[in-house]
Amino acid sequence: MSNTEIIWELTSERVGNFLKEGKRLDKRAFDEYRKLEVRHGVSQNADGSAHVNLGGTEVVCGIKSELGTPYPDSQDQGSISVGMELLPIASPSFESGPPSSESIEIARVVDRGIRESGSLDFKKLCIKEGEKVWVVFIDLYALNDNGNLMDASSIAALAALLDARTPKLEDDKIVRGEYDGKFKLERKPLLSTFAKIGNSVVIDPSLAEEKALQGRFSVATTEDNYLTAFQKGYGGGFSFAEIDNCIETALKKSKEIRKIVMKE
Amino acid sequence: MGKKKEEKIDYVDKKGKRTDGRGIDELRPIKIEAGVLPRADGSAYLEWGQNKVLAAVYGPKEALPKHIADPYRAVVKYFYRMASFSVPERKNPKPGRREIEISKVSGEALERAIFLEKFPNTSIDIHVEILDSNAGTRIAALTAAAVALADAGIPMRDIVCGITVGKAGGHILLDLTKEEEDAPDAVDIPIAVLPNSEEIVLLQMDGLLTKDEWKKAAEMARKGAKNVSELQKAALMKKYDEMEKQQALIKEKTIEPVGIKQETAAETEVI
Repeated sequence: MSNTEIIWELTSERVGNFLKEGKRLDKRAFDEYRKLEVRHGVSQNADGSAHVNLGGTEVVCGIKSELGTPYPDSQDQGSISVGMELLPIASPSFESGPPSSESIEIARVVDRGIRESGSLDFKKLCIKEGEKVWVVFIDLYALNDNGNLMDASSIAALAALLDARTPKLEDDKIVRGEYDGKFKLERKPLLSTFAKIGNSVVIDPSLAEEKALQGRFSVATTEDNYLTAFQKGYGGGFSFAEIDNCIETALKKSKEIRKIVMKE
Repeated sequence: MGKKKEEKIDYVDKKGKRTDGRGIDELRPIKIEAGVLPRADGSAYLEWGQNKVLAAVYGPKEALPKHIADPYRAVVKYFYRMASFSVPERKNPKPGRREIEISKVSGEALERAIFLEKFPNTSIDIHVEILDSNAGTRIAALTAAAVALADAGIPMRDIVCGITVGKAGGHILLDLTKEEEDAPDAVDIPIAVLPNSEEIVLLQMDGLLTKDEWKKAAEMARKGAKNVSELQKAALMKKYDEMEKQQALIKEKTIEPVGIKQETAAETEVI
């Protein structure tokens, strides 16, 4: 066992002891997010981009639209594709190579939140039925992991979508660097993630809390109070009442986060 | 969680019957058999409507490669895989992102049940193969895997059981079929619980759902899961009943004891 692992083990113990007394190690309330900073338009070459810093967890998202052919069962619809790279620069536990199950999970949960909310109208991404559609690539890169990459990624994806424009088409070819108007978002979904540590449930787990958690629950909510995705992860369990509380808190807290994302 | 078509279908008719004749909170027929694969440490075969699933458990055994070993507990490796012919369009046999995600959350769901801390430095490998599919395969797979773990004699707090609830055509339904999952407003919620404590160990959702719809669905899932749990226990009991009969025959010397069966029969007596 390495020195850092020993330190994490002791920190986890402290996180647990603090929670037993109703406190979080970083003095936050159980339903309090860390400080959030959002910067739009961080990449000029991207059709839309954003950089998110959620309590030291940094994720950058870039959007690129490409031309594709529609799926056989949805000839009049374009689609989205969410990718997540857990870069080795973000954490000693991330390795380069094929995507890990963790990165696939984050990408798929962020994808479900956006897809199922109807945030982007896939029919409007259709250029010529059965032949040509837009495929919107939403690519996320973790730059630093200080806990809760799930929410930081979802915030980055929404911020980048708000910033994104549709590339200009000329003779059915993309003119790079020229645009045809901003994306129209029907809904603005955001994920809220909770950690269960002992008998406590806290929102937006820090890295120390992530090391101590037994279970994790994420829920995607929209501004009009719909739930669009759930994901429970790791070995711990949640009671039905705990899930209901998480949903209640998420509906409330995501509104505050959304306000920050929209303002910047 | 498939593509959604836009057709007008009455998902629940005036008599409260669904397109396949079931009530809104009625399960499809489920058949579970424990101990079906001779080479595995534990196994199960499960049919859930059209879904057909085989689950095998190996372990606890030495965790390999060595770096995955945990000095405090066993690691659970769960492999959810779909046969290429198990879906309408041939599936590439290479595991896709969907299968990797399902494997992750399903393995984590089972971790809660197993006394992992009793088996440091080992791995418990669970392989589930989907042979035929019609909605709800991850839950069918997890339900079979839990029976296979019990069949392998791995000490557990409880037998994880799963259920799918969801929405189609504005109705909250138990155990959706593919047709219902393809509804324009479809919501799919796979849930797995520890039946005794009602602790949720797996929960996913995709779709557009209100808080009140979730509460209704959760209540339906709680009841549905109990029925699945009974079927799991019945499957395990049946295997041991059969072994007891076998043992009685051995005692009467009507049949010759054969290798593995005698061994497992002796174990039953201890239990």
